[in-house]
Amino acid sequence: MTKLTLIGRRLIQAIPSIIGIIVVTFLLTRALPGDPAAYFAGPAADPQSIAEIRVALGLDRSLPEQFWLYLGDLAHGNLGNSISTGRPVVEELATRLPASLELTLAALLFAVGTALPLGILAATRPNSWIDHLCRVIVTAGVSLPVFFTGLFFVYVFYYLLDIAPSPIGRIDIYFIAPAHVTGFYLIDSLLAGDLETFAAAFAQLILPAITMGAFVLAPLARMTRAAMLQALGSDYIRTAQASGLSRRKVLFAYAFRNAALPILTTLGMVFSFMLGANVLVEKVFAWPGIGSFAVNALVVSDYAAVQGFVLSMAILFVALNLIIDIVYTMVDPRVGIEG
Amino acid sequence: MQRRDFLKTTGLVAGASLLPMLKYLPAHAAGRNDTLVVVLPNGPNSLDIHRSGTNRPSYAVAVNVYDRLVGFATKILPNGTAMYDYAKVVPELAESWEVAADGKSMIFKLRSDATFHDGSPVTAEDVKWSFDRAVSVGGFPTVQMKAGALEKTEQFSVVDAHTFKITFIKPSKLTLPDVGVPVPIIINSKLARSHATEKDPWALEWMHRNTAGGGGFKVQRWDPGQQIVYERFDEWKCGPLPGVARVIVREVPSASTRRAMLEKGDADISLDLPPKDFKELADGGKVAVQGAPIENSMYAIGMNLKFEPFQNKLVRQAVAYAIPYQEIFEASAYGRGVPMWGGAAMKPATIDWPQPYPYKTDYAKAKELLAEAGYKDGFEVPLSFDLGQADWSEPAALLAQEGLGKVGIKATLDKVPGANWRTKALVEKSLPLHLKNFGGWLNYPDYYFFWVYQHGHLFNSMNYKNDEIEALVEATLNLPVEDPAYVPNIKRMLEIAFDEVPLVPFYQPYLDVATQKNVEGYEYWFHRQLDTRSIKKGIA
Repeated sequence: MTKLTLIGRRLIQAIPSIIGIIVVTFLLTRALPGDPAAYFAGPAADPQSIAEIRVALGLDRSLPEQFWLYLGDLAHGNLGNSISTGRPVVEELATRLPASLELTLAALLFAVGTALPLGILAATRPNSWIDHLCRVIVTAGVSLPVFFTGLFFVYVFYYLLDIAPSPIGRIDIYFIAPAHVTGFYLIDSLLAGDLETFAAAFAQLILPAITMGAFVLAPLARMTRAAMLQALGSDYIRTAQASGLSRRKVLFAYAFRNAALPILTTLGMVFSFMLGANVLVEKVFAWPGIGSFAVNALVVSDYAAVQGFVLSMAILFVALNLIIDIVYTMVDPRVGIEG
Repeated sequence: MQRRDFLKTTGLVAGASLLPMLKYLPAHAAGRNDTLVVVLPNGPNSLDIHRSGTNRPSYAVAVNVYDRLVGFATKILPNGTAMYDYAKVVPELAESWEVAADGKSMIFKLRSDATFHDGSPVTAEDVKWSFDRAVSVGGFPTVQMKAGALEKTEQFSVVDAHTFKITFIKPSKLTLPDVGVPVPIIINSKLARSHATEKDPWALEWMHRNTAGGGGFKVQRWDPGQQIVYERFDEWKCGPLPGVARVIVREVPSASTRRAMLEKGDADISLDLPPKDFKELADGGKVAVQGAPIENSMYAIGMNLKFEPFQNKLVRQAVAYAIPYQEIFEASAYGRGVPMWGGAAMKPATIDWPQPYPYKTDYAKAKELLAEAGYKDGFEVPLSFDLGQADWSEPAALLAQEGLGKVGIKATLDKVPGANWRTKALVEKSLPLHLKNFGGWLNYPDYYFFWVYQHGHLFNSMNYKNDEIEALVEATLNLPVEDPAYVPNIKRMLEIAFDEVPLVPFYQPYLDVATQKNVEGYEYWFHRQLDTRSIKKGIA
C-alpha cells in the first residue's frame, strides 16, 4: 500500500471520532449549569429581556432542533457566533489558533533543542556530572508550576534585569501586527520583509516559549536518555563499534535512529498536552491564544465558542496523530502500514 | 471562511496597515506625553453598548467615542480624588435644557457647531434616532432607559434641527441623570442607517464592529481580545479638547504583570488590581493610587427568607452580630473601603447613603438572640459566594464562616462559578446565605432599595418582602429630592432595613486606579470605566 492510501484510510477512521466529539460536546455544553441567556442579558435585565435574548440565541428551541440547526451550520463551515466576544467563532479561531500554535511550536522547538542533547549526553555518560545536571534541570522544570516559572521569569528578566520586553502578548505596544497571511507573526513579518517586526515578535516569544518548554523538558529528556541507553546497550551497537565505525556514526546513525521512535511518541503526546495546557502561560504573558478563549467561554457558558474550540482541537489532534504516524514510517520502515 | 470575508469583517484590523500611524514608535514611548498606555484585564467585546452581551469594559467606548446630551460636573473628594458630581448635570451635546411650564415635557437645545467624526453636523434627527434605538433594542439599554421613565419612541420628538423634545410618561427625578449615563449615546444616524438592513433596522451588526459617533475620541484600531486604540477627535466641540492624542488600551490578564508594567513605567494607568496591590502601591509611593468609594454600592451578606431560620428577624439580627467586620475589612478590602458597620442608632439620623448599619461584632448578643429565636444550638447552612469575585468574597466568606461558627451556626462554603451565580443567586434566588454586591448607577438610596429590597426585583436575592418598603419605594422613586416627603420616606426605609436586616453590609468598596505620577485628570465615574477625555500627561 502506498502512503496515500494510508493517509486516506486514517482520515476515514477519524470520521467516527469527530462525529462522536460533535455530539458529546453539544450535549456537554447544554449540560453545563448556568443560563447563558440570563448571563448575557446583563446586570439589570428583567424576565422579558432575558426571554428576548433566549429567543435571539435560539435557546428557546428543543434540543434536537438546536442540534439540527447546529449541524446545518457546521455543514456550511459556520461554527456560530461567540456571544462573549461577539465575533464569529471561525474568526476567533483564525486569529487565536495561530497565536497558540506559534507559541507551542516555539516552546516545542526549545524543549527538543534542549532535551535531546541533554538526554543523549546523559545516556552516553551515565552518572557523570552531565547526567546529574540533566536530572536537576528536568526535575526543576516539571516540578515548578507554569504560572510560577512564568511570573519568575517576568520578575527577573523584565522587572529586575530589563532585558526582556514587557509581557503584553505577541507584539510590543508600539508595533502593528504584520498583515495577516498565515497568522504566525514570525512568518508573516518575514513574508512582508519586515525584519523589525520580526525581531519584535521574536522577542515577545522568547520568555513564554521557554516557560512552556521548561515544563515538558522532563518527559522528553528522560525518554531520550532511556531510549538511548537501551539502544546503546544492544548487540548491533556492539557490532558497529567492533567494526570500527566512528563514534559519531554509531551514535547518530545507529543508536539515535533506533531510539527515535519512543521519542517521537512522547513528542506527539507532549505537543497535544501543551496545546491544551497553555492557559496559564497565556494569562501571565497576555498571549491572545486559544486556551484563555476557551476557558473564558466555558466560564460564561458560551456554547458556540466551546463547541468550536473542542471541535478544532479534535481535528488538530487527528491531524497531529496522522503526521506522527507518517513520520514513524519514515524513521522505521518496519512500522506496519496496517499498524 | 474566505480570506476576503475575513479581511472585510475585521475591517479595522485590515485597515491598520494603511493608517498614517507610524509603523512603530520609539521604545519607551509610554514616556511621551501625547500617548496614554492603559492596561486592564478585559477589554471591550463590542463597540456598541446597545448590543446584548456587550460587556462592561465596552461601556468605555460609549463614554469616549460618543457624546450624550448631558454630562456631570466634577467634585474633589477629601482624599484628593476627583469624582463626577451626580447632583450637578452639565451640558455636553445639549447647550441648555428646560422643563416645560406644565411639567410634562423637556426641551434640549443642541450645540449648533457639533459634528460627527465624519464631519456631518449633529442634528435633533440623530438624537431622536439614537433614543429610539436605545428604547427599542431590548435588553440592558432598554431596561436602563426605563429606569429614567424613558420607554417609548413616541416620547422623543424633533422640534427643529437643533431642538429635541422628551415628553414624560411620568415626571421623575431620574430622567435627567439617566440621559447622562453611557446608554443614550448620540449616534450618527445617517451613517448607521446606511448600514441597516430590513432584518436589522438598528444596524446592530454594523455598529458592533464600527463606530458612528462624535465624541472626544475615535477608534483607530480594535483587535478584540488584545487592544483598542483611540485617537483624539480634534474637531470635538462638546468639551475641552482631550489632553492626549492617542490612547492605547491593552488587555493584560495577569494582575502581577499589570502591576509590573506600571512600576516599570511601561504603562501609564493600571486598572483592576487586587486591593492588596493597590495598598502596597499606595504605600510604596512610586506611583499614584487614586480611589473613590463606589457610590451606591456595598459588599454584604444576604439571608434568603425562603429558608426557615432566616424568616425569623431575631436570627437575621444574630447573624449581623456574629460577623467579624474588622477582620473582613482588613483581609478582603485591605482597608480600601468605607466601613458599613457600627452605626450609632437603630434610627438613621441622616439620609446619607450608604451609611453604616447599627451592628457590630458581639458574639454574646448573637447567642442571646439565637436562643430567644429558638435556635439555641444553632443550625447548618451553606454559605455561597461568587468565584468570579473571589478577590474579596473568598476571604470574607472564610471569616464570616468562622464568626458564625462561634455562635453555633455551622456554615459550609459553597463556591459558585461566575456563569451560574446570576442564575442561582439572582434569577432563581435559591441561595440561603450568600455574599453579594450591587452598585446602582443612579445615586439615590431609593434607587438602591428599588433593586435590592423590593420584592421580585433582580438583586433582591434575599426574597425579602415588606409591604411598607414596597409602598415607600413606589412613592419615592420618582419624587424630586426637594419634595418634603423625600427625607422622611428615605429615613423610614433605612430604619426598616436596619431593623429587619435581610442584608448585612460589610463595607463600601473603593474603585482604585494606579497611575504614573505625571498622569493628571483621572476622574471616578459611576460607570466605573476610564473616561480618557479628561486625562493629561505632564512631563515625566
